[in-house]
Amino acid sequence: MKARVHVMLKNGVLDPQGEAVRHALGAMGFDGVNGVRQGKVIELDLNDGTTQADVEVMCEKLLANTVIESYTVEMG
Amino acid sequence: MHAAVIVFPGSNCDRDLAVAFEAVGAKVSMVWHKDTSLPDGVDIVGVPGGFSYGDYLRCGAIAANSPICREVAAHAERGGYVMGICNGFQVLTETGLLPGALLRNAGLKYICRTVPLRVATADSDYTSGYDAGAMIDIPIAHHDGNYFADGDTIAKLHGEDRVAFTYGDNPNGSQSDIAGILSSNRRVLGMMPHPERAADAGHGGTDGAALFRALAGSVVTA
Repeated sequence: MKARVHVMLKNGVLDPQGEAVRHALGAMGFDGVNGVRQGKVIELDLNDGTTQADVEVMCEKLLANTVIESYTVEMG
Repeated sequence: MHAAVIVFPGSNCDRDLAVAFEAVGAKVSMVWHKDTSLPDGVDIVGVPGGFSYGDYLRCGAIAANSPICREVAAHAERGGYVMGICNGFQVLTETGLLPGALLRNAGLKYICRTVPLRVATADSDYTSGYDAGAMIDIPIAHHDGNYFADGDTIAKLHGEDRVAFTYGDNPNGSQSDIAGILSSNRRVLGMMPHPERAADAGHGGTDGAALFRALAGSVVTA
């Protein structure tokens, strides 16, 4: 079984990389991009029976830094 | 003073830090990240700069979960001294020994230059060799030195006089110009600038030497 973890900087935490991407899109002529936030996706290949709660513990302990990042877990 | 300097794969300031400790008379033990205990009698643990584990996942995140870091945390919890410089500061925030986190520099660039720092408090065994408010020149070399914490944490750091150093001319977007902070018992210091790179006349500046001298004067092996 697989799980997919999405990690994003929390709202209110400046994302300078996202801002740089937004500027680049504007410079390329893509109008109407009001904001860009950049995050990461972590795919886990897991033993059967691993629960979403197990993955959330992994997020809390390592995969995300909850001081600055939020995460969501998709199972399956 | 017996200092342990932790060596991770990717550490690159470990020997500089050891030399700075030795210059003030400390005994230094280099400790590999897979070790599961600190040498007997260690007074202070130095977590050096570099790129531990290639900065994979987040700067300092993997190092913070290495076997030796559990011992470093236990040492701090016993009231031991721990000093994290640059990547070491990132490791200490990832372990939770210090609050907040270090984000990508606001200007997105890696910055390597000597910058003016203000000594924000002289009330610690790290900063007692300076006058509060003194301006010193210390090198920085980082890509992720933009200190972030929520408003309550920043207010608490100020209220408890736990900001150790601030930037004279904020290079990286850090909140409140914060360059270094102390733990609540004032024995854990994290700072992005590199005092060990300004500790010998050959470095081109010696403003960091007073930090190591102050430590050597205060931290007497029991």
